[in-house]
Amino acid sequence: MDNLEQILQEAQAAFAATDNAAELEQVKARYLGKSGALTELLKGLGKMAPEERREAGARINQVKEQVEQALQARRDAIQQKELEKQLAQESLDVTLPGRGHGQGGLHPVTLTLERIERLFASIGFSVAEGPEIEDDFHNFTALNTPEDHPARSMHDTFYVEGGDLLRTHTSPVQVRTMLAHVAKHAHLERLPELKVIAPGRVYRVDSDATHSPMFHQVEGLWVGEDVSFADLKGVVSDFLRGFFETGDLQVRFRPSFFPFTEPSAEIDVAFMSGANRGKWLEVAGCGMVHPNVLRHVNIDPTRYQGFAFGMGPDRLTMLRYGVNDLRLFFEGDLAFLKQFN
Amino acid sequence: MRFSENWLRTFVNPSLSSEALGHALTMAGLELEELEPAAPPFEKVVVAEVLSLVKHPDADRLNVCQVNAGGETLQIVCGASNVAAGLKVPCALVGAALPGGLAIKQAKLRGVESFGMLCSAKELGLAEEAQGLMVLPADAPVGQSIRQYLDLDDQLFTLKLTPNRSDCLSVLGIAREVSAITGTPLNVPQVGEIQAVCDKTLPVALEAPAACPRYAGRVIAGVNAKARTPDWMAQRLERSGLRAISPLVDVTNYVLLEMGQPLHAFDLAKIQGGITVRFAKEGERLALLNEQTVKLEADMLVIADQAGPLALAGIMGGAASAVGDATTDIFLESAFFAPGVIAGRSRRLGFGSDSSYRFERGVDFAATLKALDRATQLIVEICGGQPGPVAEAMAELPQREPVRLRVERVKRVLGIALDGKTIGDMLGRLGLAYGEQDGVFEITPPSYRFDLAIEEDFIEEVARLYGYDNVPAHPPKAATTMLPATESARSLSAVKRLLVDREYQEIVSYAFVDESWERDFAANADPVRLLNPIAAHMSVMRSTLVGGLVDILRANLNRKQARVRIFESGRCFAKAGGGFAQPNRIGGLCYGAAMPEQWGETARPVDFYDAKADVEALLWPAVARFEAAEHPAFHPGQSARVSLDGKAIGWVGVLHPRWRQAYDLPAAPAMFELDVEPLLQREKPVYQEVSKFPPVRRDLALVVREETAVQSLLDALQESLPETVVNLTLFDVYRGKGVDSDKKSLAFSVLLQDTRKTLTDEEVDAAMAHLVQVLTTRFDAKLRT
Repeated sequence: MDNLEQILQEAQAAFAATDNAAELEQVKARYLGKSGALTELLKGLGKMAPEERREAGARINQVKEQVEQALQARRDAIQQKELEKQLAQESLDVTLPGRGHGQGGLHPVTLTLERIERLFASIGFSVAEGPEIEDDFHNFTALNTPEDHPARSMHDTFYVEGGDLLRTHTSPVQVRTMLAHVAKHAHLERLPELKVIAPGRVYRVDSDATHSPMFHQVEGLWVGEDVSFADLKGVVSDFLRGFFETGDLQVRFRPSFFPFTEPSAEIDVAFMSGANRGKWLEVAGCGMVHPNVLRHVNIDPTRYQGFAFGMGPDRLTMLRYGVNDLRLFFEGDLAFLKQFN
Repeated sequence: MRFSENWLRTFVNPSLSSEALGHALTMAGLELEELEPAAPPFEKVVVAEVLSLVKHPDADRLNVCQVNAGGETLQIVCGASNVAAGLKVPCALVGAALPGGLAIKQAKLRGVESFGMLCSAKELGLAEEAQGLMVLPADAPVGQSIRQYLDLDDQLFTLKLTPNRSDCLSVLGIAREVSAITGTPLNVPQVGEIQAVCDKTLPVALEAPAACPRYAGRVIAGVNAKARTPDWMAQRLERSGLRAISPLVDVTNYVLLEMGQPLHAFDLAKIQGGITVRFAKEGERLALLNEQTVKLEADMLVIADQAGPLALAGIMGGAASAVGDATTDIFLESAFFAPGVIAGRSRRLGFGSDSSYRFERGVDFAATLKALDRATQLIVEICGGQPGPVAEAMAELPQREPVRLRVERVKRVLGIALDGKTIGDMLGRLGLAYGEQDGVFEITPPSYRFDLAIEEDFIEEVARLYGYDNVPAHPPKAATTMLPATESARSLSAVKRLLVDREYQEIVSYAFVDESWERDFAANADPVRLLNPIAAHMSVMRSTLVGGLVDILRANLNRKQARVRIFESGRCFAKAGGGFAQPNRIGGLCYGAAMPEQWGETARPVDFYDAKADVEALLWPAVARFEAAEHPAFHPGQSARVSLDGKAIGWVGVLHPRWRQAYDLPAAPAMFELDVEPLLQREKPVYQEVSKFPPVRRDLALVVREETAVQSLLDALQESLPETVVNLTLFDVYRGKGVDSDKKSLAFSVLLQDTRKTLTDEEVDAAMAHLVQVLTTRFDAKLRT
């Protein structure tokens, strides 16, 4: 039976000497193939006596199993080696830049408008919009600013052919929204509360480093039965602290004049740090909706009241990101715009 | 409104610093815009007299002066050309610090000792320029501090007044307000009644009583128009931003500033007959004081005599009847003109005046005579003369109806509970006449307040005096109803983000554009025009976003950007049925390489299909149709109308070579412009059964004529598409070897699947045969083998 031991050793040595999967299968045939050494031995069993056959058969099968194990181990080793080779060949310089498109970005004022919308949505304000070529009624008359009212000289108005104008503020959206709200709920005994903001572009005849003939505004309006000046202070102060993400912001309200609000206020903020530290900066105008405005939109001012505010998202954007020239927003310089991506 | 603090403090003198007073005014609604000292800081400068002088022994242009500055006689070397013995001038003593950091020391000038410096107005920071020493009046008290003598320790307040507070357009009005907000008593100088000492007068008639309900005036005879305006008056005028001109004019300006009542002095000799206040007649003209001659319109009020208009009422006097050096007798006017009659006129004329500014906002109609008397008093003091009796015509003055103010309403509007006593106290401080019963005040607004007419106006007054800062800020109440979250709509923001993800940068451009852009990019000969554009290149409203995108592309190319991908969303404007269409649009432009410069992709310039892919992405999952159509902005062969559900919603195309050249672009950008509205609509998804059976893919390659549009093939197939065909994709277009030059080869992949069973080869073959048959019969297509 030395023969068997020899076959095993030979096979193990032959497998180990092979580096190639195809070769390995040829080597395998020498031992386990149709006329392989072990196969021949097994064929020889038939000529043996039964008791001798059993013993010999068991030994041959044992060796055969060992050969098969050696074969499998060698197969695995070769496969592993080949995989390693393949992996080595396929390895990349992962520091090369990624492929494909880059990313664009939103305009900084859009970023501000979206944040304003989100902050106000969180307390139930929806968003409304209106036309930019407006009529005199919605831009002025319904807002308690009749013809020849000195307040009209506060806005230098662009007029278009035919007598209409480019809206000088987003306040006409107040009027449109209230009219629609009243019409929609005409069947109800009690008018539901109206909470809305109206962002958009507005126009005034003015152009320098701090004024653009076209700029943005956001109008806000909350009308209900008991909406008070104290609520106005609360909502706008909260908003400003939320917008600038600082509880340190000082907010002050001081009396002012708008034909469409009474009492009216101007809102100033002061930062506790940064370039503008300690300076009062005007950011919005506001007030309690004037009874005449409510009458113009068929809301009973003895029963309902509310507040309105208008702020400049361009200015808010400038303060938030430290932009110092309003005109940059409208020049479309990619070097500027990409800073906000 | 600009005024001197010291002047104000003669009326009301709260114990507040200048800054604190300014803050108090701001917080009361009279915003302090600027606070600046009347003179820069300096000290140890006194009134001095030059006693004698001799030439400096070693310098031609210097004099050695002996100066009395209140103490020992000082020797001072002076280089001013106007120095003379007997002159009173400011003298900076040794130890003085002058503006600009100049320190005065005992010094030797060319060997001669000098103990101080005689000063010019410029050296004291009182004037921009000066010719020689500042000469003081002969009666200036030697040794007195020049700051005290010239009242230089004064602050100039500039307030930014809101148009409703016409009552604060005078020092008296501001004093009244300061008194109310600080609780300091108001001290108004009383003007004694003027006794008529001559009987000259003019008849006064009101032809337009509603426009001018009160007109008063008086003759002052024998005035010396060449008298000198006193320094104190000239100084107050100057510190209010007015120049001293002549005493008669200065007095009227002074009273305007002091009391807020515009006045006018006519030269009596130039008036023929009496005064009539009437509207101008068609064709009348008037030469005004500002050297303009205006053509009067029928709604302009004039002061006229028999011969015609003398003055534009409440706005400006006429040149012909103006007072001058030769004037001896004047007619001094003090009137009340209704705000509505003045408002808008000066804007129409293109100029305004201090007078019209006040009248159009409202002037105290109860102070007409008081102001007339005050001015008379000052004129007589300065110019002499004999005042005549008051000539006055009166009609219906504005009514001041009592207004109810409810304590309960104050609470409801402001959100703070104030009791009746507190409110009453505030009304008292405002000088308002009121009665009160059961928490209801009845207040009669004063004649000088044109902004108090309804309850809310008084609520604002209460809030102002209470202090807006003291009103609590209530935290916002939580919403009790949810906002809708409509699935069938998406926000514009979501649409924009899609473009951002496709490397577009958002821009905002002006909605008014150059008219040529409209002509070029929209073939629009009739754009919406602005009547008062800010510039010729911003004179019409855009009907397309194309112009702005091309313009900003150009600006960025000038800044050496090689690759530009931008978009804008905004309204466009067009005339429509007598009104205006103002659709929201979104437009994009891509220029340069399709991809950012990189190592792993072959560079290629953008083309039509890049922009088209962006449009498809914007609309997805909706599928639009693109049909070849011409657009004025685009290349006629590279332009498509985009339609959704049979409705045109926009365009995609490559800029026309003509505009590429005209707008100086090295290459043509690919662009799109779509209506925003359809992009915001979304179908709510509906579930469809997913097949468990495997799909079969077959490819179909056909040769068709070059001009055959792929869409027409797809449409034809779609008409009778076998149910089992679930997808049809064009994956290759080939021209060249093996295909005739007027033909192209198209390769489609066809995906077939059934939800109920695995398809047999026969079924697949039959479906494919049907597709081939449709295409070969209708398009003369040949199967490519």
